[in-house]
Amino acid sequence: MSIADSAAPARIPSVSTPTLIWAAALAITAILYVAPNVAPWAAKYPSSAIIPIADWISALMAWLKSNFTWLTRGITDIFNVPLQWAINLLAKGWKYGYGPTAFVFPRLSWVGVCAAFAIAGFAFGGWRLASVAAACMIYVALFGQWESAMLTLALIAISVPLCIVFGAAFGVLAFRKPWVDRAIIEPMLDLMQTMPTFAYLIPMLLLFGNSPVSGMLATAIFAMPPMVRATVLALKRVPHEIDDFGEMVGCTARQKLLRVLLPSGRATMMIGVNQVIMLALNMVIISSMIGAGGLGYDVLLALRALKIGQGMEAGLAIVALAIVLDRLSQAAARQRPAPHVHDLNFVQRNPMLTLAVAILIVTTALSFFVPAFATVPAAIKISTAPWWKATVDWINIHFFDAIEAFRTFLLLYILNPIRDFLVAFPWFGMVLLVGVAAYRLSGARLAVITVLMTLFCAVTGLWEKSMATLYLCGVSALIAALLGIPLGIAASRSDRFAAIMTPILDTLQTLPSFCFIIPVVMLFRVGDVTAMIATVLFAIVPAIRYTNHGIRQIPENLIEAATVSGCTPRQMFWRVQLPLALPEIMLGINQTVLLALSMIIICAMIGTRDLGQEVFIALAKADAGRGLTAGFAIAFIGIVADRLLRASTDRLQSRLGLT
Amino acid sequence: MNDLAPLRDEALSAKDDRPVKLLCKDVWKVFGEGAAAFMAKHNGAPTEEEIAKAKLIGAVRHASLEVKRGENFIVMGLSGSGKSTLVRCLSRLIEPTWGSVELDGIDLLKASPQALIEIRRHRMGMVFQHFALLPHLTVLDNIAFPLSVQGVDRKTREERARKVIDLVGLNGREQFYPRELSGGQQQRVGIARSLAVEPEIWFLDEPFSALDPLIRREMQSELLRLQSVLKKTIIFITHDFDEAIRLADRVAIMKDGQIIQIGTPEELVLHPATDYVAEFTRDVQRAKVMSAARLMRPQLSSIEYGGTIKATDKIASFAARIVGVRKNFLVTSAEGKPLGEVVPDDVIDLLADRDQLREVRA
Ligand SMILES: Nc1ncnc2c1ncn2[C@@H]1O[C@H](COP(=O)(O)OP(=O)(O)O)[C@@H](O)[C@H]1O
Ligand SMILES: [Mg+2]
Repeated sequence: MSIADSAAPARIPSVSTPTLIWAAALAITAILYVAPNVAPWAAKYPSSAIIPIADWISALMAWLKSNFTWLTRGITDIFNVPLQWAINLLAKGWKYGYGPTAFVFPRLSWVGVCAAFAIAGFAFGGWRLASVAAACMIYVALFGQWESAMLTLALIAISVPLCIVFGAAFGVLAFRKPWVDRAIIEPMLDLMQTMPTFAYLIPMLLLFGNSPVSGMLATAIFAMPPMVRATVLALKRVPHEIDDFGEMVGCTARQKLLRVLLPSGRATMMIGVNQVIMLALNMVIISSMIGAGGLGYDVLLALRALKIGQGMEAGLAIVALAIVLDRLSQAAARQRPAPHVHDLNFVQRNPMLTLAVAILIVTTALSFFVPAFATVPAAIKISTAPWWKATVDWINIHFFDAIEAFRTFLLLYILNPIRDFLVAFPWFGMVLLVGVAAYRLSGARLAVITVLMTLFCAVTGLWEKSMATLYLCGVSALIAALLGIPLGIAASRSDRFAAIMTPILDTLQTLPSFCFIIPVVMLFRVGDVTAMIATVLFAIVPAIRYTNHGIRQIPENLIEAATVSGCTPRQMFWRVQLPLALPEIMLGINQTVLLALSMIIICAMIGTRDLGQEVFIALAKADAGRGLTAGFAIAFIGIVADRLLRASTDRLQSRLGLT
Repeated sequence: MNDLAPLRDEALSAKDDRPVKLLCKDVWKVFGEGAAAFMAKHNGAPTEEEIAKAKLIGAVRHASLEVKRGENFIVMGLSGSGKSTLVRCLSRLIEPTWGSVELDGIDLLKASPQALIEIRRHRMGMVFQHFALLPHLTVLDNIAFPLSVQGVDRKTREERARKVIDLVGLNGREQFYPRELSGGQQQRVGIARSLAVEPEIWFLDEPFSALDPLIRREMQSELLRLQSVLKKTIIFITHDFDEAIRLADRVAIMKDGQIIQIGTPEELVLHPATDYVAEFTRDVQRAKVMSAARLMRPQLSSIEYGGTIKATDKIASFAARIVGVRKNFLVTSAEGKPLGEVVPDDVIDLLADRDQLREVRA
């Protein structure tokens, strides 16, 4: 009797406040969805209430443009000098005079550049890296992409140092003044890293015109965040004792920074440099849209004209360049200072550098007399364009039906329904749900931030487009996760599989986003399906990586304990490994979502109909207000997703007692 | 036997009239929000409970000490007892929350940043537990680094660096990078580097704690050898009591941020202030810390002595001899004045740990 008494209250489900809140929010949303007429303003954002943020931004840009022309001109002129110099040195050569009598001082000979890259590879990583570097550069040369590739390289060569210097300076500032970091730099970096690449181009285009300098500046700004972060991290990681040592020998603040702290953090900073280079490559290629030229321009032209073969060739040249730059900068980052011996002159201390410079000079001098050194002779050029075209034609002839069926199936049964569901989603309901989720996961602060950001998408009148973005990004990220997590699990269980996956993932991660579109377009033509597949390919890497790492890093003793207590392998996996790896897997998913978002935006080039398209159109029309507003909306979607995912990871972690 | 006490005291308390180099008065370091205001509110003397209630950490509390010029002063305490914090207060690497620190009578805490830089450049050296060598510099450049910070030209500083490299026995390793050296060698670099500026006062924060026991002993001997030549004022941190008594003129024992006793190893062993100190000293071989004066008996002039020793000599230093010849030794003061004698049987008793009785008698 007494047992029944005490059990009775437990049986009546006591409804807790959070459950109530959730239920209420869901109910309101459902009602709005099913019967939008109850409160039309809450279902579809009334166009009369749209805040003209876009117009304000346009006005601000116009004001900047008309009042600061002297400044922008000055900046353009200043940066143009080294930039033109680098472009001439690598790609164009110098031309004095006009017509047939003009004296042309040639660019660096392609033979010499290939050799220099090989020597750099040898110096940093031995014969293996030397052959990789040489092979990639020769590929670029033989496949007729030399001039474009060198133009791209020139832009990178100028923007990367700029990025490193300014990035390190901001990093130092953030390290020195924590409040500046918290109040300004950290939020800026978040915004910069979620802001779509196109959005950087618009203000640059407006302020600096359609020129390589715009592209270079956009690149320098876009690629800066990892350098800032790496610098802060490097400085924070310097052992406390080294810091004390700097004080104890009486360093001034400046000496301590330049001679003690920064050199001690070199290894971490070099990781930042590698990331800067890769981001810069990515951005330089996208900058070709505002007249930077180079490999990206070739891809763009080919894509526009649907010249699959040319697009593929230029795309592969980007891949080759990306691999060279990535491997070289990584190897350079691992370099340790060589034991140096005093009393040696410069040449003796730097034999490789000397050799490379000598070869460059000799080959370039030779190109005055031997044309083969100046330009890649047509006789040894190879074009794979016809071959690619033939392949695609062949696939299309033989598999058209199958591919088309697959495409239609995806579109009709998966993509379109989700799209329709989300686009019709009442904005008020979404804001409510986001707010409740954020509040429950983290607290009032996060709730306010996420609600404001979600509201931004509504009040700017971009709600439908935002939802369209969310739909493509969400579906792609979901598919990437569904494919990536099992692959990661497989990699964690078999060293062999992991060994096979690693180089593939490395390469996927190295490739600029542009490159993913080309092969997919060949098979699926333009549209949402192509965008989705390219995005999945681009975004799948972190899902695999983090899952693999998450499972592998589970402490051995936990596994042993589970084994001893008689877990079957199945139980072990579901009840021990997966739960413990979950926080790490969530981190991977978080990355996947952010990558997917950035890729979806680029897919505007192949005709998606979302915020990306909005930015893309604004870019074509040089409409700063429209482009930046859409850019902010994209960034905010990314930040909301990131914060919510991170908060749930934190919660998960503290529930598992892993923090 | 009572007539002996004044003689013994005279021999032992051989007035240390060296000038005070570093004086630290009532130093506190309290970590946490609003620590300074908290200290001011409690007039610089909060109780343990008050600190805990304000959710602060009293890393160093009420620390006073004075270090004489040329003294080996050891700060000993278990990990977390506040040694590093104390020594960082002394060098003002961290600002003490309360109290004063004087170097040669000048208040360090009032020194301007400029003056502090000058003091550190020329008068202080520090050795770190984990070496704190700069990974991107060679041994030679690491050691010359403090000089290069001062703007000393390359030739002079490398010359000086080579001299200290000689001193610590690292010849031939000048062009190595820190990572290419063993732990012991790395710490030699650390020592050489701190000596390159010829500092007057030398802070060593657990310099040998990261080394293997064998290497550690070797480095201790090395330090004693260096000190016999250099005669620096040393403030040496350790958590190892054996190391402390081996190197110390005087030891300060710390516990939970407080200095609970300061004294020579002998005083600590014979008169531990608390059970905590007694716990440390229990396993110490007394012969190593006790001086001849402690075993001294009144002189019987008729006897022929087997040898002569100073009152301050450690018993371990002549135990083998006196037990070997089995004759009484004459004990003299530092100036050679006869004070009394030591009997072999007493030494044997002491070595066999049978001296408890005598202590009571004394
Ligand atoms: N910056 C700090 N903030 C808060 N507490 C600290 C800080 N530095 C040291 N402490 C605390 O002060 C105490 C003494 O630390 P420390 O001086 O490093 O001890 P030791 O060197 O004797 O091992 C420890 O309890 C430590 O947790
Ligand atoms: Mg310590």
